[in-house]
Amino acid sequence: MAITVATPGAVSRATSSAPRDRTLLLMLPSLAMLILLFLVPLALFFVRTFTEFDGTTAEFIEQTRDLLLSQAYLSALGTTNWISLIVTVTVLLIGYPIAYYLTTAAGFGVNVVVLSIVLPYFTSIIVRTFSWMVLLGEHGLVNDLLMATGLANAPLSLMYNRLGVLIGMSYVLLPYMVLTLYAAMRSIDPSLLRASAGLGASGFYTFRRVYFPLSLPGVLSGALIVYILSIGFFITPALMGGQHDIMTAMLIDRALEIAVDWPSAALMSATLLLVTLALYAVYYRITDIRRLIGAR
Amino acid sequence: MPHWAMRSWPAHMLRLYVGVMCVWLLTPIVIVVILAFSGDGYLRFPPTSLSLQWFDRFFGDPQWRRALLSSLIIGGIACIVSTTIGFFAAYAFLRTEFRGKKLLLSLMLTPVVVPSIITAIAMYYFAGKLGLIGNLLWLGFCHAVIAMPIVLLILLSALHAVDPNLERAALGLGASRVRVFWRIVLPIVLPIVLPGVLSAALFAFLASFDELLISLFLAGVRAQTLPVRIWNSLNLQVEPTIAAVSAFLIAITTLILAAEAILRPRLGQWRGRA
Repeated sequence: MAITVATPGAVSRATSSAPRDRTLLLMLPSLAMLILLFLVPLALFFVRTFTEFDGTTAEFIEQTRDLLLSQAYLSALGTTNWISLIVTVTVLLIGYPIAYYLTTAAGFGVNVVVLSIVLPYFTSIIVRTFSWMVLLGEHGLVNDLLMATGLANAPLSLMYNRLGVLIGMSYVLLPYMVLTLYAAMRSIDPSLLRASAGLGASGFYTFRRVYFPLSLPGVLSGALIVYILSIGFFITPALMGGQHDIMTAMLIDRALEIAVDWPSAALMSATLLLVTLALYAVYYRITDIRRLIGAR
Repeated sequence: MPHWAMRSWPAHMLRLYVGVMCVWLLTPIVIVVILAFSGDGYLRFPPTSLSLQWFDRFFGDPQWRRALLSSLIIGGIACIVSTTIGFFAAYAFLRTEFRGKKLLLSLMLTPVVVPSIITAIAMYYFAGKLGLIGNLLWLGFCHAVIAMPIVLLILLSALHAVDPNLERAALGLGASRVRVFWRIVLPIVLPIVLPGVLSAALFAFLASFDELLISLFLAGVRAQTLPVRIWNSLNLQVEPTIAAVSAFLIAITTLILAAEAILRPRLGQWRGRA
């Protein structure tokens, strides 16, 4: 996705003179929509499910504690964090060289890589998950290939377990990492690398001592955004996971779909949302917010 | 290209690696498209014969056609609403200075990071209270909220390229802010940034067209979209028709990306200054 934003400060300061500017009114429709259709529903969902709880405060606190300390919740929490961590690291290791290539190469190759990143990125998650289900199934292409080449004697279980979730989620989240890394790497001044080479450093030395340290902010924001998106993931783990791969988002869904237990769903959602927003606040501190979802 | 980077064997290794990864990234997409043209009675790869039977099934089935129509209507509403409103907001963002501006922008981008299951449940709760489950128009507006961040980011960058001097001149000549917006921004600035606006509109449509969870919760039985029907099929019994539906969604995505690439005046922008 090609979005270029430069610092708007200088320009806007030049045109805005009046302290109480009526141009600001143009922001009202979008703010109103955000509040009415997003913030109010979120607030209502949390507030109302708690106020509709019939019982004393002590009972409420007890139920809350029971839920948050329940085996199901704790195990989902562990699973969620473990999967998110592995996915983040995997996607970082896979994505870093790709982003590096994008910033250094030119011509046809770049266009192919951009297409390979952007086409999956904008394809529906449900479609991407479906195709991995076809690929990883017992009689899927991957198993056929493994058996044809003699690497496996019997079909391997590649899906409906942890491995399937990791493959599916890494595939879905890789573009976020590459686009974030690419945005950060592009701002690394190439003359620094030329200077390093001119002073006699080898290519690898220059990469290790100059390029890599300069790319670390991008690594951090890429890892953060992938982790943030991972801990709230639902579709892929729900379809590709097994019985031991219940993530928090799935537990929330089950509380509603199976038990119609609004307070539990709200409570688990609240904790997930708090963690997400806390991480988003860190992201906000370290990154230009306009780079979100690979923009810029 | 910095000459130090692309000469030695690590450079060749890198190219090989990136090539392999591109194959890995595109394989699932290609597989689904091939499967959609399968002549077999069930999903298997590679197909033994080719046919259009699953597309026949898709476009011939009234339920699938209805899902397609719902998807198009909801996507259309989301696209028009978020692009119009987003244009106003992006313009206001760039042309005014106030405290907490960055914070406000980050607030407007939160729909991206809030887990979609939570957004979906909250919207479901709200729509349930209002009796709006299954309402296409409402679902379109809900999708507009989800599409808003991407619209804002695209339009902020598009509008940034516009020289503010024209507006400044009008202001200097005594025109009010409101007048400047109606007489300068809409008739002169808007056409300049039209490619950006169209690209924002396309991505907004795509965001809605591909969205699953909010539709899943809010659609009821009446307003099921294509992704919702794919989801139901994957959870109950995988019917091969969904390969054709998936291929159709991929085709729409490809068309929109191609249109966006054509709209973008300078081809190398993705690589920026590099």
